[in-house]
Amino acid sequence: MNDLRKQIEQEIGEGRYAEAKALVDRLWRESPGSATAGYLVQCGARLRGHIPLAPARVRILRSFTLEPAVPLFRAGALAGGIDLSVELSEFNAYAQEFLDPGSPLYTEPLTAVILAVSTRDLAPELWDGFADLSAAGTRSAVEHAIAQFRNWVTLFRASSQASLVIHTLEMPPFPSHGVLDAQARDRAEGEGQCAAIAQINDGLRSLAAATPGVYVLDFDALIARRGRDHWYDATKWFTVRMPMRAENLGLIAAEWLKFLHPITGKVAKVVVTDLDNTLWGGVVGEDGIQGIQVHRDEHKGAPYWNLQRALADLQQRGILLAIASKNNPEDALQAIDSHPGMLLRSRHFAATRIGWGDKASSLREIAAELNVGLDSLVFVDDNPVERQMVRMSAPEVTVLELPADPSGYARAVRECPLFERLALSNEDRERTGMYAAQAERRRLEQSASSIEDFYRSLAQQVEITRVTPANFPAVGPRVAQLTQKTNQFNLTTRRYNEAQILDLCGRPDWDVYAVSVRDRFGDNGLVGVCITRDEDSTRHIDSFLMSCRVIGRTVETAILSAVAAGAKARGLRRLEGWFLPTRKNAPSAGFFRQHGFSVARQEETGELWSLDLGSATVPCPEWIGLNVDEKETAHA
Amino acid sequence: MNPEILDRVRQMMADIFGVPVDQLTPASSPDNVETWDSIQHLNLVMALEQEFGVQFSPEEIEQLLSVELVASLVEEKKKEIGVA
Repeated sequence: MNDLRKQIEQEIGEGRYAEAKALVDRLWRESPGSATAGYLVQCGARLRGHIPLAPARVRILRSFTLEPAVPLFRAGALAGGIDLSVELSEFNAYAQEFLDPGSPLYTEPLTAVILAVSTRDLAPELWDGFADLSAAGTRSAVEHAIAQFRNWVTLFRASSQASLVIHTLEMPPFPSHGVLDAQARDRAEGEGQCAAIAQINDGLRSLAAATPGVYVLDFDALIARRGRDHWYDATKWFTVRMPMRAENLGLIAAEWLKFLHPITGKVAKVVVTDLDNTLWGGVVGEDGIQGIQVHRDEHKGAPYWNLQRALADLQQRGILLAIASKNNPEDALQAIDSHPGMLLRSRHFAATRIGWGDKASSLREIAAELNVGLDSLVFVDDNPVERQMVRMSAPEVTVLELPADPSGYARAVRECPLFERLALSNEDRERTGMYAAQAERRRLEQSASSIEDFYRSLAQQVEITRVTPANFPAVGPRVAQLTQKTNQFNLTTRRYNEAQILDLCGRPDWDVYAVSVRDRFGDNGLVGVCITRDEDSTRHIDSFLMSCRVIGRTVETAILSAVAAGAKARGLRRLEGWFLPTRKNAPSAGFFRQHGFSVARQEETGELWSLDLGSATVPCPEWIGLNVDEKETAHA
Repeated sequence: MNPEILDRVRQMMADIFGVPVDQLTPASSPDNVETWDSIQHLNLVMALEQEFGVQFSPEEIEQLLSVELVASLVEEKKKEIGVA
């Protein structure tokens, strides 16, 4: 452990920051804990500015001591590529902070706010005075707690665009009425203590579902997973106002990270799995199909079936599955499609590399085929040597650490915060099918006689809808998600959360357009976003981005034609926008030039391009059917 | 004093207080380590409890006021639970 520290110091001292970060990650993998966390926080400050890290700032409003969880939270974030700073509110100052427009909650530029209030503090009469309460008293305690949450959420959303994560209230380890508490029939009558607390949590969930950017952290479920008997520490509570044991601090930090990753867009889009001894037990090339182990209900095969179930769950969450395996392709594919115990079949995988090449090359090919960056990949392999190889030769890929015992594989996947999502769109649920259609399109492209023929044969229909507060619930979350996730065709790479999109689409001078594309192979779903701001006689393009799924199909020209036509219809004379280069958005670098814009200003961060709408036109390609929702486009 | 425990304790304290490990002697205390304040003291107690699987009473927490005292109390506690 100390050797690793010496190496880290040496790498930082000699300016090899990427190497230092890899060692920092290893230190955290090998000894996660409060002491290591303190060291990692120091390392983070020294690595800042030298390696790409997503910045994030979180304020925690709380009713109990959480200070020792903060270094663990920051260290875990650093290992996941996030440069996190954290502020804690004073004890029990959350109500004042929500109410006071001058509180740091509103004046500081925060990424997210966590509200961690315990049942004991928010609803004391339900926590330890329940036996004395009448039915009416219980009802009023429940209503009071929900009303408080509602008030805070409303105040917060009116004044802040940060995400808000709210802990649920935890259940008592011993209900006041013992087993009788579980016999309660009527929640509305306030019959049970746990039922009453559950009712508050239900209210909290409804509130979060109805408010963009507000999320529920099931703190009670976290305590239950650990075990209530192993959670609390009465001595710590009475001495330092910390209700839980030291060993549970890491679990709280890990739970916070599951929210921080999707909030900051640090998420994985593809999970690439090995086959032998990972997806099934045994080696198919040696043991044959009859000899490999995978089965839901058999001792030896169950761990592998459980991993497959975890991967299948990820696929339903919109994460693509892929295979990188050293095997004979025939053996492996036959095992996948004909072994009776398999849950996943070849149709579940969006890309497959089975052969004898090295895994880092396979991962690069998979990323290229699926049109995602290497840093969107998570690699799952039972073999520590393969994992180390990939860490060294493809450091952008996240390599999942697996325990030696296969029965822990599924858990490792389920605990990885890169797979967490805070909202699911229809696009997420149908993604694998969409990629199958994508493969069909690629075959058509290869057989078409000219690129124009290919475009015509696609029969694309582009639908552009202006996002309004009224249609926000249907399209807003996906629009925000696209601004968070899109890296390649993205002119300015400005990230917006749901609350910010809702705010923008309600402003009179701003327009948020959502772009959907259909073609003969099916519906690509909502795949593009354009955000504009009109000022004087100019329409300024704040954001213009498209999912990689529709790059290279002239969809961007169709979108721009609609934006230009809309500007002309409002009597505007000029269209302009920045191209801000990043490490990843080269595919959109030529966009303005190709459409007749000229450079109006050059700065260190990028170029401002401009088009005179009086003299230039942007026609929609003849092979695209364009439908702009006029009703939505016209401003009131 | 068990030198192995002393070394581990010093390294942990260096990490938590953000000071080089060679600056910490057995006599280092909140009086001469500037960053050893009440919050970092709590962080230290949490780290010790996680690392060594022990639990300190409120009275013990108040006594952990030098590197030497920390190391010897950890050693004593580990003997109590039979892992030393």
